[in-house]
Amino acid sequence: MSTELPVLKPAEFGSDQDVRWCPGCGDYSILAQMKKALAEQAFPREKTVFISGIGCSSRFPYYMNTYGIHSIHGRAPAFATGLKSVRPDLQVWVITGDGDSLSIGGNHLMHALRRNVDINIILFNNRIYGLTKGQYSPTSETGKVTKSTPMGSIDNPLTPLSVAMGCDGAFVARSIDVNIKHLGKTLLAAAAHKGASFVEVYQNCNIFNDGAFKYATDRETKSDNVLELEHGKPMIFGKDRDKGIRLNGITPEVVELGKGITEDDLLFHDEKASEPTLAFLLARMRQPEFPEPIGIFRSVDVPVYDEMLNGQVEAAREQKGTGELDALFNAGDTWEVS
Amino acid sequence: MSTTAPVNTSDRPVENISSATVRLAGDSGDGMQLTGSQLTNTSALAGNDVATFPDFPAEIRAPRGTRAGVSGFQVQFASEDIFTPGDQLDTLVVMNPAAFITNIGDLRKGGTLVVNTDSFTDKDFRLAAIEENPLDNPDLEDNYRVIKIGMTTLTRAAVEELGLSTKLADRCKNFFAMGFIYWLYGRDLQPTLTFIEQKFGNKPEIAGANERALKAGWNFGETTESALSTYHVTPAKLEPGTYRNIMGNQALALGCIAAARLSGKELFLGSYPITPASDILHELSRHKHFGVRTFQAEDEIAAACSTIGAAFGGAMAITTSSGPGIALKGEAIGLGMILELPMIVINIQRGGPSTGLPTKTEQSDLFQAMYGRNGESPLPIIAPCSPSDCFRTAIEAWQIASKYMIPVMLLSDGYIANGAEPWLIPSADELPEIEIQHPGPREEDAEPFLPYLRNEDLARPWAIPGTKGLEHRIGGLEKQENTGNVSYDPDNHQHMCELRDAKVQKIAEFIPEQQVTGEQSGDVLVLSWGGTYGACVTAVTHCVNDGLSVGHAHLRHLCPFPRNLETILGNFKKVLVPELNLGQLNTILRSEFLLETETLNKIKGRPFTVTEIEAKIRELL
Repeated sequence: MSTELPVLKPAEFGSDQDVRWCPGCGDYSILAQMKKALAEQAFPREKTVFISGIGCSSRFPYYMNTYGIHSIHGRAPAFATGLKSVRPDLQVWVITGDGDSLSIGGNHLMHALRRNVDINIILFNNRIYGLTKGQYSPTSETGKVTKSTPMGSIDNPLTPLSVAMGCDGAFVARSIDVNIKHLGKTLLAAAAHKGASFVEVYQNCNIFNDGAFKYATDRETKSDNVLELEHGKPMIFGKDRDKGIRLNGITPEVVELGKGITEDDLLFHDEKASEPTLAFLLARMRQPEFPEPIGIFRSVDVPVYDEMLNGQVEAAREQKGTGELDALFNAGDTWEVS
Repeated sequence: MSTTAPVNTSDRPVENISSATVRLAGDSGDGMQLTGSQLTNTSALAGNDVATFPDFPAEIRAPRGTRAGVSGFQVQFASEDIFTPGDQLDTLVVMNPAAFITNIGDLRKGGTLVVNTDSFTDKDFRLAAIEENPLDNPDLEDNYRVIKIGMTTLTRAAVEELGLSTKLADRCKNFFAMGFIYWLYGRDLQPTLTFIEQKFGNKPEIAGANERALKAGWNFGETTESALSTYHVTPAKLEPGTYRNIMGNQALALGCIAAARLSGKELFLGSYPITPASDILHELSRHKHFGVRTFQAEDEIAAACSTIGAAFGGAMAITTSSGPGIALKGEAIGLGMILELPMIVINIQRGGPSTGLPTKTEQSDLFQAMYGRNGESPLPIIAPCSPSDCFRTAIEAWQIASKYMIPVMLLSDGYIANGAEPWLIPSADELPEIEIQHPGPREEDAEPFLPYLRNEDLARPWAIPGTKGLEHRIGGLEKQENTGNVSYDPDNHQHMCELRDAKVQKIAEFIPEQQVTGEQSGDVLVLSWGGTYGACVTAVTHCVNDGLSVGHAHLRHLCPFPRNLETILGNFKKVLVPELNLGQLNTILRSEFLLETETLNKIKGRPFTVTEIEAKIRELL
């Protein structure tokens, strides 16, 4: 049997279906980076499964030439858990959106993360309900005027990464739809991590919420508004890389380098910290006070659900053999009638 | 420790009877369920046919001594084939006034009433909300054979030298009651002595106390003049073979494990705890060495979705619940239907609607199984008729699910689930092999794979992930014939809805023809389904024995109906549909066959009695 990794091209991962997202949608970019990442990863295409819920994000599986299920609203992590439990050999991706995973799907997201099922959850956060044409979502800002909130939303929005970390997410990351190099490497890192990998992708819905992440993608502003995290490195941002994040007690503050502050004074990123304290702190850094961090907030190794589940099956077999039906039927008190 | 059962050496007369219906009733903490199961087990081991009816309160621990806290266990054991736990009681054991007041109505005139007088105090009367001591009523002795025993006092005396606390000593009084009943019916103590050793082996004082209490109860009967005679119920003439007692939920679990093995699959259960289905999850979780993977999901919906995910992966996948849980699963089941994946959805029906009566039996989810999904969403429905029938029903459900690539709704109920009866144990090689084929890998340049191309059963191929060349995507949106691609085409949608409906109808070719017992044609056909089987069989037998023109058809398949059902219905002047609901099968029959029917509807959280069915049949003649 050949032990060489298959040589795959991104185009092989595309299905024969016409992509129906609106022209200009951020999803196209995510689709392209996913195909590139999968080709680079060289994991067999036939062992790759995409499971989605409902939403624009969730049309994704139809455009991938892998196995896929377009399931029901909010429930993809549950399908994925069932699939991984019986087929731990497959690579399972969950494609979801802010409404799908944080509104109706909140419960299933929570449990997939806290169980640490070996799946890769990619949340396309466009801060709106696109498919149903423009209602506010659990990540829309307070005061947002939409079709269902003509006087402005009165909801306090969720921060997806805070939710993920609150569920003890072992791999939590953020990227941006049009930051193609960053997105590509983040997807690869998520796939490589064993356990539940959660990636929030800032995604632009140009029809119903255009410009929601302009501050993070516009050439003029992005360097000042986005902080790229790197494990072990100090937190530096800005067009001239002259700004940094320093910890003042337990609160972060933005400081200018030079003027008595050097790199060594800054907060250094640690993906591998056993507690998510630093990661939480980073997730709370929001505009306009702070640059928003992108990259891997947290990546720790904890026991993986599907491995433990199948481990128990193995252990039971070692103890009791592979099970005989006649022995099973005749267990307990029996009696003869002649 | 003694190894032989004490023999009834008194010279009191022994009355031979063909059956006995005994109910043990007490406070939830009094151990009536354990007592009842032991009596059942012992009777089965003695060769009697048995049928049980445990009656649990809904609360885990209602306030002590109250009516809400009464827990009962009824068992009929007989020297002939029986199908019900008995209509009226021959013997009623009551451990407190609340148990008395809630159960006395079921004791037949002339029956035996065994009372624990130690808990008939003023305080107990207040808790049971009764004014006076019912034992003071002179009519009591006229109507029943009353045996008054200070069980608490006698139990404490029996276990005294073990030095247990009063609380622990009192807990043994159910074994005292058990011992007395064993004496009354000439039961062997040994199986229970063995049980005590096994269950309480690591707590020798408790084991010792229970053993003493058991023997003290027996000896009490033996030495006092309390009972004028004892009873003897000879072994029944059952079909030769090896038997064990089995409860419905247990039989479902074993049937599913067997079905997986017979089809070369490993079983996956996605489930969520709910009364009265949780025991299936518990039982299956103990058999991991068979490759059984049980997943206690975060909610009912996740349970159903995980089941579909597992089915997509190629496992034999099932989900279990009761009415409220099935309601939650509706959307997911509909997805399973349109994905056309094989799975079994098991509903252990209980009293509804909404939260209803969790520990009481009913069969009011038939409409839900037939119609409970949006859009045109027919699914096959199969219903076991008794605890032991659950075994083969599980296997049959998987045969249908895998052959037709469809979720199968399996409707059991609380009465079947918790009831016990002897099960003639099959040998594994007698069971049918279930052949399942998965399409194999394809080369790059081969014809494109068509995930919705159907065979002669109208079933699509079960292509599982990991198979090279068969990569495909399925989803809940309407799909084009053969390719499975999303399609909104009007003609395609009409065609697909009709096709999915035709697939369900086609299952009628596979399921067996309906059998009729009693008269094959005549005045009244009793048409029943689910757990009413026992009462109906018995009632019809009585009628036929009296020469009446009555037949019985018990449906195990509710959708599609057996292909000869319409003919059968036409052979009788009247069709009686007895149901534990307000007329669900009745409505479906009438709409499908344009038929006049008679109904008998009971919706009290209790099974039919034989008398109720028989009276109705006679009324119609």
